[in-house]
Amino acid sequence: MAILRPAGDFDRSYEQDMALLRRPWHYWLVGFTLLAAFCLPLWGNAYLISTANQIAYTTIAVQGLNILTGYTGQISLGQAAFMLVGGYASALLMIHAGLSFFSALPVAGLVAGVVGLLFGLTSLRVKGFYLAIATLAAQFIIPWVSRHTFKEFLGGTHGAIEAPVPQIGGLIFNEVGRFFTLSLIVLLITTVLVFNISRTRLGRAFISVRDNDLAAELLGVNLFTYKLRAFFIAALLAGVAGALKAHSQRGVGTEFGYSLNDSIIFLGMLVIGGLGTNLGPFLGVAFVILLEDFADLLGGILATAFPELAPQLLTSFRPIFFGMAVMFFLIFEPRGLAHRWQLLKAAWRLRPFTR
Amino acid sequence: MTSENILQVERISLSFGGTTVLDQVQFDVRAGEIRALIGPNGAGKTSMLNCISGFYRPQQGKALFLDKVERANSGFRRGANPAARSALTAGKRRVHDITRTPPHRVAQLGIARTFQNIALYTGLSTLDNLMAARHIHMRQSALFSALYWGLAQKEEARHRAVVEELIDFLEIAHIRKAVVGALPYGLRKRVELGRALALEPQLLLLDEPMAGMNAEEKEDMARFILDIHERRGITIVLIEHDMTLVMDIADRIVVLDFGTKIADDTPDAIKNNPEVIRAYLGQAG
Ligand SMILES: Nc1ncnc2c1ncn2[C@@H]1O[C@H](COP(=O)(O)OP(=O)(O)OP(=O)(O)O)[C@@H](O)[C@H]1O
Ligand SMILES: [Mg+2]
Repeated sequence: MAILRPAGDFDRSYEQDMALLRRPWHYWLVGFTLLAAFCLPLWGNAYLISTANQIAYTTIAVQGLNILTGYTGQISLGQAAFMLVGGYASALLMIHAGLSFFSALPVAGLVAGVVGLLFGLTSLRVKGFYLAIATLAAQFIIPWVSRHTFKEFLGGTHGAIEAPVPQIGGLIFNEVGRFFTLSLIVLLITTVLVFNISRTRLGRAFISVRDNDLAAELLGVNLFTYKLRAFFIAALLAGVAGALKAHSQRGVGTEFGYSLNDSIIFLGMLVIGGLGTNLGPFLGVAFVILLEDFADLLGGILATAFPELAPQLLTSFRPIFFGMAVMFFLIFEPRGLAHRWQLLKAAWRLRPFTR
Repeated sequence: MTSENILQVERISLSFGGTTVLDQVQFDVRAGEIRALIGPNGAGKTSMLNCISGFYRPQQGKALFLDKVERANSGFRRGANPAARSALTAGKRRVHDITRTPPHRVAQLGIARTFQNIALYTGLSTLDNLMAARHIHMRQSALFSALYWGLAQKEEARHRAVVEELIDFLEIAHIRKAVVGALPYGLRKRVELGRALALEPQLLLLDEPMAGMNAEEKEDMARFILDIHERRGITIVLIEHDMTLVMDIADRIVVLDFGTKIADDTPDAIKNNPEVIRAYLGQAG
């Protein structure tokens, strides 16, 4: 879709044309969104803030998946497992190596990135469906390792170890409002990095691999190393997200999720938000998490009304709603919510000539 | 070997399973010429280009690329400036066996191509398709891409200038920001040519650049090809079925038939070659 801009809106340099925030309203929108987000702990209740925190770190994981699946076209069913690696890495580094959370977090990202790289090696040989199966291996092997090896470090069949509370100077991130601010700052950083990647050499190389790997290779892109870069970045962001999840939940291990189910939901979030768009992870994650909360609410109400069916009612709405949402989007809006947003913006520009 | 050759194809044989696609094919391409590759459907023309690109690995024989200069500090400074170009041509030559080189390395050596069935990056705009082809000339690492401000931004803007020059040259400024997947066929062919040019190749392989076009679009494309050849001094290997056009613009022609070379000569000689007339020109009219 060609981007229509109003007459008189033009750029004087390529730098200006390449900028993300070009018009005053762009700055206003971003500024206002940030202000609203950072103010949330001041007025929101604990439930709202912890949901927002969950949205923040999940968005980081889905941003990673978007690099790999949305931009590079390599499907992965292992994103939750790489989160687990990051969560464990950061908790263990704090407990056993005495690192502060703020140095453990990037290291945890790197550790997860390297593990992701190893599983990404299969992408040299296989594509599509077969690659999905190969990444599934990560999703089986990593949780298994966490339960059955190094039991005194990883918690064994218990499936959980403690993740210490982050602190810096006198500031202790022991309540959810503070932790949310932390997650938000990290999300802000990853967002800037991901936006930059998508508009520069690296991002174009990723997309060229997705859109036509043969042409990309014959025009100078080393397929193998670029696929590996995508796996590394995806797992790195998963690791960072995993560390945030672990420390906000005060524990890490298979008891806290990180299952195949999570990995599949991440893919669903990406489809709903819009594969290969920068807005997609935000919209998809928020949509699915709010939908899940709504499902729980509905289940709760119905369970009090029909107590004899309570166990079924409490657990069945989430998967049903999620499945229906994914199907709905695949059929009616396969380009996701981000595309809707684009259409909305275009309609606003052409007002009053839109229907 | 003649020093003026840029490419030498030496006895290449290629087969898939039991079927022989190319049988001991041998020819050379001189620096600065337009070399046509013609023959009936299934003769092995595209397969030949695939061998040169390093995409198909022939069982026998090899293709040698004679690099004009070391390309370490090439890229940006090698523009359309003829003075700078002849200075470079006078430089050292290096021989690369490109049949043993992975495709992305072949591209980095200075060989670019277009495809018989358009192979654009359909989700990207015209501009980004061309920018994507600047890949081999850009130096920013993944980290600098992610940090953007400073190094990457400067480099992007610099390469954007090169790409904009190409966009003007190919008269595609009006579709600069249009996603290419939705463009009409003729324009997509032109964007693909632009993408190949954005690599600033020494050797350009064109696989039926005018197939499926109307007369006017063909004329435009022929004009672009001649311009590329004359003004940018790029050597061209051209596969094309339109004989009037090939006879018009090619310097020398190789004729393939069932994977073997049946003639290799100037257009005038090819026109009157009885074997070529029997195998190809006769049926083409
Ligand atoms: N990857 C492959 N596997 C098997 N057979 C192949 C492969 N590539 C090409 N061939 C066969 O090689 C022969 C030559 O094909 P090629 O595409 O090179 O012909 P061409 O001269 O380009 O024809 P056209 O004018 O139709 O484009 C054909 O018989 C084709 O089926
Ligand atoms: Mg062909």
